[in-house]
Amino acid sequence: MGLTGLFLIVFLVVHCYANAQIFLEWLDYGRGYKAYGEIAHFLGSNPIIRIAEVGLFAFIILHIVQGLMLTAQNKAKRPIGYNVAPGNSSSKWYTRSMGLLGTLILMFLVLHLAHFWAPNRYQQLTQGHEKDLYLIMEETFQQWWVVIIYVAGCISLAWHLVHGFWSAFQTLGLSTPKYKGLINCIGVGFAIIVPAIFALMPISYKLGWLPPAAEVAQFVKTMAH
Amino acid sequence: MEHYNMNLTLKVWRQQNAQVQGSFETYQVKDISSEMSFLEMFDVLNEQLIHEGKEPITFDHDCREGICGACSMHINGKAHGPWSGTTTCQLHMRAFKDGDTIVVEPWRAGAFPVIKDLMVDRTAFDRIIQAGGYISVNTGNAQDANNLPIAKDKADESFAAATCIGCGACVASCKNSSAMLFLSAKVAHLALLPQGEAERKTRVVNMVDQMDKEGFGSCTNTGACEAECPKEISIMNIRRLNSEYIKAGLSGSVAK
Amino acid sequence: MLNSKIPAGELSQKWSSYKNSCKIVNPANKRSLEVIVIGTGLAGASAAASLGELGYKVKAFCFQDSPRRAHSIAAQGGINAAKNYQNDGDSVYRLFYDTIKGGDYRARESNVHRLAEVSANIIDQCVAQGVPFAREYGGMLSNRSFGGTQVQRTFYAAGQTGQQLLIGAYQALERQVALGNVTMYNRHEMLDIVMVDGKARGIIARNMITGKLERHFGHAVLLCSGGYGNVFYLSTNAMGSNVTATWKAHLKGAYFANPCYTQIHPTCIPVSGDHQSKLTLMSESLRNDGRIWVPKKQNDTRKASEIPEEERDYYLERRYPAFGNLVPRDVASRAAKERCDAGYGVGTSKQAVYLDFAAAVIRYGTIECGKVGNHNPTPEEVRTHGLAVVKEKYGNLFDMYAKITGEDPYEVPMRIYPAVHYTMGGLWVDYELMTSVPGLYCLGEANFSDHGANRLGASALMQGLADGYFVIPYTLGNYLADDIRTKAIPTDHPEFVKAEKEVADRINKLMSIKGTQSVESLHKRLGKIMWDKCGMGRTKEGLTEAIAEIQALKKEFWSDVKIPGTVEGMNTELDKANRVADFIELGELMCKDALNRAESCGGHFREESQTEDGEAKRDDENFMYVAAWQYNGDSDWILHKEDLNYEVVHPSQRSYK
Repeated sequence: MGLTGLFLIVFLVVHCYANAQIFLEWLDYGRGYKAYGEIAHFLGSNPIIRIAEVGLFAFIILHIVQGLMLTAQNKAKRPIGYNVAPGNSSSKWYTRSMGLLGTLILMFLVLHLAHFWAPNRYQQLTQGHEKDLYLIMEETFQQWWVVIIYVAGCISLAWHLVHGFWSAFQTLGLSTPKYKGLINCIGVGFAIIVPAIFALMPISYKLGWLPPAAEVAQFVKTMAH
Repeated sequence: MEHYNMNLTLKVWRQQNAQVQGSFETYQVKDISSEMSFLEMFDVLNEQLIHEGKEPITFDHDCREGICGACSMHINGKAHGPWSGTTTCQLHMRAFKDGDTIVVEPWRAGAFPVIKDLMVDRTAFDRIIQAGGYISVNTGNAQDANNLPIAKDKADESFAAATCIGCGACVASCKNSSAMLFLSAKVAHLALLPQGEAERKTRVVNMVDQMDKEGFGSCTNTGACEAECPKEISIMNIRRLNSEYIKAGLSGSVAK
Repeated sequence: MLNSKIPAGELSQKWSSYKNSCKIVNPANKRSLEVIVIGTGLAGASAAASLGELGYKVKAFCFQDSPRRAHSIAAQGGINAAKNYQNDGDSVYRLFYDTIKGGDYRARESNVHRLAEVSANIIDQCVAQGVPFAREYGGMLSNRSFGGTQVQRTFYAAGQTGQQLLIGAYQALERQVALGNVTMYNRHEMLDIVMVDGKARGIIARNMITGKLERHFGHAVLLCSGGYGNVFYLSTNAMGSNVTATWKAHLKGAYFANPCYTQIHPTCIPVSGDHQSKLTLMSESLRNDGRIWVPKKQNDTRKASEIPEEERDYYLERRYPAFGNLVPRDVASRAAKERCDAGYGVGTSKQAVYLDFAAAVIRYGTIECGKVGNHNPTPEEVRTHGLAVVKEKYGNLFDMYAKITGEDPYEVPMRIYPAVHYTMGGLWVDYELMTSVPGLYCLGEANFSDHGANRLGASALMQGLADGYFVIPYTLGNYLADDIRTKAIPTDHPEFVKAEKEVADRINKLMSIKGTQSVESLHKRLGKIMWDKCGMGRTKEGLTEAIAEIQALKKEFWSDVKIPGTVEGMNTELDKANRVADFIELGELMCKDALNRAESCGGHFREESQTEDGEAKRDDENFMYVAAWQYNGDSDWILHKEDLNYEVVHPSQRSYK
């Protein structure tokens, strides 16, 4: 779990970095659109990244399978439960709810892939070029329910990471007394910042904090000439 | 310290033996002094039951000073009750107030089957130790004790891990019924000492293997074991165990 | 009649010459020799492990759910060894001498000398096993001093030395279990010895989970079942500690020696009420730094903090200036009782004295401040540093005190009072640790051998491990060497059948009484008789009364005890009843022994025999012997005397002044 988890954390860093490009828009008109488009294209077309993507899916599936098996096995270790459960007095709720949080993230992920990844790859395969992700995001995040699900997905991810980040280091035996504090701090910081950046995108689109796709695309095209 | 008396309602798990199903029974106890220990309160209840012609409640206990690790009650949802760093035998009734209802259950884990009432079978722990929780040194093999200086901080850390009393509270309070804290305390105790070096790798793989065979769950680092451990054994020992296990695995040690 | 088999020769050479001349069993033969070990405390676990290592087929029994829970685990303070690591003049002879003197010249010289000789090996062995003893910054082992000695020879692991030593022995034992040399029987209680042709050849044990009786054969049987302090009901022993194994052996012919020698430990948490089920010891090591006092005024009801220095009576320092707070246990206990009886006791019960760490906090605090270059520290700085040192040394004991009493010992002085802690008496054994029954051995606290009339602190762990690791592996071989042709006796042998039937009959009898009184209530009454009349102060009248009262109690027990449940399955009340029935019989013998010994020595204080200033007065002329009692039927015993011949030490009236 720890190893696959850490790999997925690395993926999150890449994904988050790519997503964050869009907010360059707030510095210069068109810059975010352009940067985001470029990195999306790079990630979408680079063969190494394509291979890594297969690996990523493998890791996601592995992480899920491991998680499901672990949860099922661990549940079976206590055939008769307690009448009065220990509750939060000895452990935090989210440390005991990694399965639940993971399931929520998975549900979100299916939707998320259906929104972006699948149509994009389809078009890439059939027509040889990628979609304008900026544009599909704008379209997708017009609906309130989608924004809410995305934000909820990010919150689930945040709690999952608050425990998962440190836990991965502990499982790998790396959370030594010397670095435990540091790892905890980075873990919590990571768990807050990364999902927050993710969540900021649908919110920004919905609230119109980012310029309309048609306009900015036109602007960038003009500038390029 | 002000002392007071209290009347309590007790909901206690009763189970005749491992083969039959158990259930909760409710009892009333009166005039319990706040100075009593929790087990002395149970003594009062048992005397009451005997006089009523009923069978007293069976529970493990021996030293009653928090060191033998025999006592094992799950009290109001907490292993060893509400006080931290305390065994059931050292829990005192001043932790409760008049009119309280107290629910007492046995340790719950597949690897700790109930023998009777609140008494469970913890011999799995012995078998984990048998798998490698020792330093192989026959009587008479030893060199002079001071020939092997051990840095004080290492010795202290090893001692802190070695204070585990093997009560099983870690398993009881872990949502996965994992025995990692118990196991890690022993691995850390011996891995921190130069004497334990020779068997360092085989010890950890064999003990982990035995733990899995015994039917304990896996560790998901919830930290409940550390919070409930009456000897406050740190989960940093689990970190050390993981590290030892990975290193042993990388060097090709396999369980025998 | 009593042959203690002490080897000839000079005292310091006896053990070496014994080892050089004793018979040895060859490894191939060891594999077919079976040994039964009862109890898995320090003596039992170390014996079972060592014998397993040698290749014997060992069966070890304990009534607890795991051998690791034996009550040796609760020993706090430390273990003595004549290592002289502190360069303070210690030696094998000095440890031997201190132990003999501490035992008030009622121990056997040869055994004690052997104990002192092997003491150093114990530390080596334990360290090799991974016992994490306390260490200095240079990595060397740390020592502290203990009551009754003037050198620092006590090795320790915070306040949990017994735990660490037992875990070491337990791990060695489990290793042998894994190797198949030892078979472990948890939750089994030995209920009888099986004798075949005058030799101990097995046991009857009750599986406490199923309630079934089991027969087990052994070429020899080792009893390592601990002491019998629970005869007093309230003691520092574990709830399950009992005399049953040794008592059954006694009924089968093993002599019981010096049963009246009981150690009352001076530093225990006082009794708080009628509900009390056991007493908790506060390690004697606390007396290294704590000062014991009571108010100078009788019935002083002020809080400790309100009593000014000049109105405090540090009575141990006053009475025993040379040893002060570090006098042996018996002396410290009696002095506390004397003060409380005279009306100077503290706390609500007035049955307690103060153990005060204020002076130690200041002393350590000043040193610590000096170490960091602060030579004019404020009282707060001194206190902070001093408390840190005290916490490091005694933290777990202070925490335990706080949990039990609800008081913070860092703020207010501890209240302490003596409590029954250890029994020096036990089965009589010869130099080889064999009882008067051939093939039946007794090790550790269960035997009588090494502590005389009073045990010094940190000596019990030493003795248990000495017997198990370093004595029995030699002496048992000397016996079994003659037994190599004896085939394992099948357990359908008539003697096994007979023994099992006797045990079953007794259990059925107990179950059939169906009286009105619980086992616990009868045990409590026995304890009260014993504490009042055979406790810290004993008189002829009191003991005579006690014997009559115990005999009456025995009748009452066998006609009115109420044991719920059935013979089958787990029945803790039945287990307890079996034990209490034996305690009652033992109590009577203890009183008889105490009555017979019309002198004061060590833990045995006959009020008729004291000096003008209230110190114990020995009578070497008439009582310099081991009283070994042979069971001769109901309430009837025959006294055998083993004279104690002091060849090296010259007994003198003990003085710690």
